Amino acid sequence: MSAAPLIALENVTKRYGAVTAVDDVSLEIGAGEFFALLGPSGCGKTSLMRLIAGFETPDAGRILIDGQDMAHMPPHARPVNMMFQSYALFPHMSVARNIGFGLVQAGMPRAMIEARVQELLRLVQLEGLGARRPDQLSGGQKQRVALARALARKPRLVLLDEPLGALDRKLREETQFELMRLQRELGAAFMLVTHDQDEAMVMAQRIGVMQAGRIVQAGTARDIYERPASRFVAGFIGEANIFEGVVERVEAGLCSVRLKSGALVETSCPCASGQSVTIAVRPERMLLELMHDDGAANLAGVLLDSAYRGDRQTAQVRLDDGAIVRVARSGFEAASSPERGAKVSLSFAPQAAWVLPE
Amino acid sequence: MSKGSHTRTLALLFGFSFLYAPIALLVIYSFNASRLVTVWGGFSTRWYVSLLENDQLIASAWMSLRVAFMSALLATVVGTCAAIALTRFGRFRGRLVFSSMIYAPLVMPEVITGLSLLLLFVALDIPRGFWTVVVAHATLGMCFVAVVVHARLVTLDRSLEEAAMDLGATPGRALMSVTLPLAAPSILAGYGLAFILSIDDLVIASFTSGPGSTTLPMRIYSQVRLGVTPEINAISTLLIAGVALVLVLGLALGLTERRQRA
Repeated sequence: MSAAPLIALENVTKRYGAVTAVDDVSLEIGAGEFFALLGPSGCGKTSLMRLIAGFETPDAGRILIDGQDMAHMPPHARPVNMMFQSYALFPHMSVARNIGFGLVQAGMPRAMIEARVQELLRLVQLEGLGARRPDQLSGGQKQRVALARALARKPRLVLLDEPLGALDRKLREETQFELMRLQRELGAAFMLVTHDQDEAMVMAQRIGVMQAGRIVQAGTARDIYERPASRFVAGFIGEANIFEGVVERVEAGLCSVRLKSGALVETSCPCASGQSVTIAVRPERMLLELMHDDGAANLAGVLLDSAYRGDRQTAQVRLDDGAIVRVARSGFEAASSPERGAKVSLSFAPQAAWVLPE
Repeated sequence: MSKGSHTRTLALLFGFSFLYAPIALLVIYSFNASRLVTVWGGFSTRWYVSLLENDQLIASAWMSLRVAFMSALLATVVGTCAAIALTRFGRFRGRLVFSSMIYAPLVMPEVITGLSLLLLFVALDIPRGFWTVVVAHATLGMCFVAVVVHARLVTLDRSLEEAAMDLGATPGRALMSVTLPLAAPSILAGYGLAFILSIDDLVIASFTSGPGSTTLPMRIYSQVRLGVTPEINAISTLLIAGVALVLVLGLALGLTERRQRA
């Protein structure tokens, strides 16, 4: 470790009765980093966030912020601020008082609070709305107020619990880039909790994928997409076609894998001869060709369905052994598409075949 | 209009006349010019005037107001504390027992509440008077306050308090600056309820009051035993008006609160 991390979780476990919400999680987040916790609902990502904020206490393990153990630190004393999924704006206070709430608690003089609130209103582009009540705001405006309130105390770490969940799609995309801009400008570490892989991949420098209370993989979006650590990760981040087989021979860095269906495919991942492997191939890296009458292809099947989605075209193919394979290519290229029911052959480059480390 | 709706209107009218006819009669007869309660002698406000000269009645009305004001205040403070403890201190030992016990005085016969309080005051050798009635009414009123405030706190979004603490407020300050302001309408409604209960009560007050602390219902009751006078009708009408006013205020409060929440 070069620099001390801002947040370090050491073997943190949290149980609710018989349910283990967070299971032996160790994680480090650096100062100024944008980290996303990604996982399906109920995977424990919100519990992990609440542990960091101090609303829950871990049953085992330690949480360190700036090297300091947070075990007996109540939420109000932690250098962490949270943006709640419901926004949790105080309905009986004006926008300005909501944003200034944390500053009042810190004992900041009144004139300074007013100046800082104005600065924050500018930052989230809500100038002139300071006197409004939360119920007079639109969803997007409430979201900005909640964000400004969480940023007011200049926290080292900002926790964002599904911050864009309640916004419509267009607003969500705009807000994603705005959050990234704010994070870069402020230099604070952001920790985002989301179940939306797009959101995590667009915004975060590093993503931690959670499943059943554990972080199963942490890395950049590219790491996770191209080198998923497990079948779950491969399926949760994007789509993946999974093939199982046994390595037949290894030659010049290429492994030939005999699939259960009898087909022979190649991968450039390092393997040992005789090893059972699970291969994941992304749909956009599958090649689909019309099969000519004489052809006997490795991966042959029937085109079940195809859909034109503008930016890409997707297709489902049923292989001869019954497995369904997804194929995607850019919509621009897909000028001529095979008819439904056509016999097709599939292939992929050895570099496209990722062997799951299981 | 359909036949069904006629039946409904009729049922409504019957129900409400059952409730309000006796009260209406009392109000009408309070404006009766005749001394005889059952004979209409023309419209007059003479009994209201003579009321002002009846020092005993005025004194006990004043006593009732003071008792109600103080006991409702006490009941609101204690009842709100109980509601906060039951909703915000997590699952402490015996919470279920406490939360059911808070309802017990609601269903307890007033005679028993009054008698037990009397026994307590006698045992502790406390002279009965203004303060004993206040304490007695506060015990009754605090359950109602606790129930009303509890209902509000249960529906209050916990993340509001968490947000306050996350922003640096200690639990105590989060309570003062977020929880209590948001529960204020129900706390006020609880106060109104406790106030009315105290004004209305005859039984508990009879057990716990002493000489010089006769409340209005006690005075009315003792006078009625000597015969109903139009004066009693007049003071009762005023009492009804006062209670109705508090109720309407409470209702308006509830409506604004609901609109705020929506």
